[in-house]
Amino acid sequence: MTKLPGKQMVVEALKREGVDVVFGFPGGAIIDVYDAMERDGSIKHVLVRHEQGAAHAADGYARATGKVGVCIATSGPGATNTVTGIATAYMDSIPIVVFTGQVPTSLIGNDAFQEVDIVGITRPCTKHNYLVKDVHKLPQILKEAFYIARSGRPGPVLIDLPKDVQNQVAEFDYPDKIKLRSYNPVVEPHSRQIERAFKLIEKAKQPIIYAGGGVIIANAHKELRKLAESIYAPVTMTLMGLGGFPGTHEQSLGMLGMHGTYCANMAMANTDLIIAVGARFDDRVTGKIEAFAPNAAIIHIDIDPTSIQKNVKVDVPIVGDCKRALKKLVKVIEEDGRPPEVWKEKFKPWWDQIRAWEERHPLTYKKEPGVIKPQYVIEKLYELTKGKAIITTEVGQNQMWTAQFYKFDEPRTLLTSGGLGTMGYGFPAAIGAQMAFPNKLVVDVAGDGSIQMNIQEMATAMEQRLPVKIVILNNQFLGMVRQWQELFYDRRYAATEFTVTPDFVKLAEAYGAKGFRATKPEEVEDTLKKGLEADGLTIMEFAIAREEGVFPMVPAGKATTEMLLV
Amino acid sequence: MKHTLSVLVENEPGALSRITGLFSGRGFNIESLCVAPTLDHTMSHLTLVTSGDEFIIEQIIKQLNRLVDVYKVVDVSEGEFVEREMALIKVKAEDETRAEVLRMCDIFRCKVVDVSPKTYTIEVTGPESKLKAVLELLKPIGIKEITRTGTIAIQREKKTV
Ligand SMILES: Cc1cc2nc3c(=O)[nH]c(=O)nc-3n(C[C@H](O)[C@H](O)[C@H](O)COP(=O)(O)OP(=O)(O)OC[C@H]3O[C@@H](n4cnc5c(N)ncnc54)[C@H](O)[C@@H]3O)c2cc1C
Ligand SMILES: Cc1ncc(C[n+]2csc(CCOP(=O)(O)OP(=O)(O)O)c2C)c(N)n1
Ligand SMILES: [Mg+2]
Repeated sequence: MTKLPGKQMVVEALKREGVDVVFGFPGGAIIDVYDAMERDGSIKHVLVRHEQGAAHAADGYARATGKVGVCIATSGPGATNTVTGIATAYMDSIPIVVFTGQVPTSLIGNDAFQEVDIVGITRPCTKHNYLVKDVHKLPQILKEAFYIARSGRPGPVLIDLPKDVQNQVAEFDYPDKIKLRSYNPVVEPHSRQIERAFKLIEKAKQPIIYAGGGVIIANAHKELRKLAESIYAPVTMTLMGLGGFPGTHEQSLGMLGMHGTYCANMAMANTDLIIAVGARFDDRVTGKIEAFAPNAAIIHIDIDPTSIQKNVKVDVPIVGDCKRALKKLVKVIEEDGRPPEVWKEKFKPWWDQIRAWEERHPLTYKKEPGVIKPQYVIEKLYELTKGKAIITTEVGQNQMWTAQFYKFDEPRTLLTSGGLGTMGYGFPAAIGAQMAFPNKLVVDVAGDGSIQMNIQEMATAMEQRLPVKIVILNNQFLGMVRQWQELFYDRRYAATEFTVTPDFVKLAEAYGAKGFRATKPEEVEDTLKKGLEADGLTIMEFAIAREEGVFPMVPAGKATTEMLLV
Repeated sequence: MKHTLSVLVENEPGALSRITGLFSGRGFNIESLCVAPTLDHTMSHLTLVTSGDEFIIEQIIKQLNRLVDVYKVVDVSEGEFVEREMALIKVKAEDETRAEVLRMCDIFRCKVVDVSPKTYTIEVTGPESKLKAVLELLKPIGIKEITRTGTIAIQREKKTV
């Protein structure tokens, strides 16, 4: 058995957990861990320019790969700077482990220099967290942290490391496996519930599959597709579920909810059976809850019991990993033996209705001569990247246009902050994804507001030679808020207009990156081509129609059938 | 509806604040809360009285179970159970009321645990309803101070042979 100081235990644990890259920013209270990493030399460290960037980058890495992302910060302000990133990961169930330095144990509680109770601050936005007071417990805590972050419903875990603990020495006995008496997520779904679910499917005339982020987390996209194809059911996805079922598939109705398609929302409102898979009936999806899917029976597959029956009453709850649940359900359907054609015939009237909705109000926008429509930029981006890029987004209209007009066919190709809606997420997340996949095309679709929230990470991307592509849809507005003001506040644009915006092309150049700008529709394609083909970090700025809106839109608190349309 | 939950939780620093934080953060009620170690000192036992409709109680129990430190949650008020609470009550006991207070102690089987020329301090134990009755009767005499433990509860053993 080897004795190691705490700081080295951290490094050893990172290696054993297969962590190849960490994102961080140093300071006095974490300098010892940095020193141990430097001496060891086997873990790649990405030095960010703001700790929020480190947390989002770890999160982007985790979403793109399915592995645990890791970030490191010092005590006090370093730690508090990670909080938005931690809360972002928490809301979207993303596995990250965050290490923070802490003042020595003897000083804790003394308002010591750069002391903050980060464990207290992050308790409501972590899946679990630890203040390590005894180095002997550190190996176990490190193992637990990674296990808790990635198992069950994933989430962020924080480990606060007092400076003295980093230097105290103990046996390093790293457990191979771990079993916690108080934490045992249910992964295997109950067969009896699967059979009950099948009975409901047999009875249904107008079913719909409502797929969420859980499908992507569970890597269950193949199983989901199998289910959909074997019963010929329509599939709609949440923002977080996009890519969990191919967006170009004939059975895809696209996204549902506040900015979902007319067809998806109408289908949800008229269905007699919702098969919910890894989705949590968020208020952006249900709209006015009393009017939500009034005639539907609900089957709900989710690994977290709290997601089930939180907002709507469920007829058949299935607690467990949705990959396994879908496999079992498909098996029951296969054993039943009805071929897809039989289901297709059975659901034909339903599909006729759905196609009619699709035709009545497809996703669309009005073209205007001389002005760049943001939807057009996304359509072109989709064409030029052949739908194969990893797309991250910022938050706001830019995010919604991306969700609507880029057809995501593969899981883990849309990285976006859905639950917390964090402006400034997209660019650092793109850095995380690009670190994981150096040879893939990674594009951040940004708004002019959001991009300025973590623009400092340009330096990080340059330093790491990351060829991230930033597409800025510049409306010189906090557009999404402006849209609400236009529609519901008599166009009083309180604090949403930017009268000063940096010259993004020059800004790119100032960082040593490349910048391109388009101000007319006919320049869009060329600008995208130039930007995407250029080496290295690139900004492509598009001066878009300033007051363009995102439609359809379900006004907050309204039923999802009360959509405002183009 | 009122529910009494029995919660077994790892005896870790912060575990209690995870639980109370859950209640305040999600807008659930806590009417009373009692914590003490169990025979196994690595676990704490917590009795929590809360209220809400069946959906809220279901969420509360699920949310508690979701906490990594929580080992087990039982809604003891689902079945037969015994509940007790203790109060220490300092009442005015001047000449004309001294005897009256003692008589009431007798009837409710309370104990006098401290005596001064002008007060009695009474210990009363029982289900919440009993404490309520005692307090109602003592109020007119004059309660100077009161401290209560909050409810603790335990399931009854099944009586069927
Ligand atoms: C400006 C803006 C506009 C938005 N508009 C929309 C909109 O129009 N439509 C929309 O859908 N969203 C919209 N959102 C996003 C919305 O806020 C929610 O984030 C989103 O709807 C939640 O997606 P989800 O239900 O898939 O849940 P997620 O947050 O992805 O949750 C995943 C669920 O899956 C479960 N799960 C995890 N792992 C597994 C597993 N292995 N097996 C089974 N289950 C698992 C989890 O327990 C959880 O319940 C918008 C966000 C913003 C910022
Ligand atoms: C950190 C943060 N602050 C505020 C908001 C509220 N908000 C939501 S969308 C939005 C506007 C975003 O503007 P921009 O990035 O330019 O995107 P656009 O909507 O114009 O495409 C704002 C301010 C938020 N989501 N996140
Ligand atoms: Mg904008």
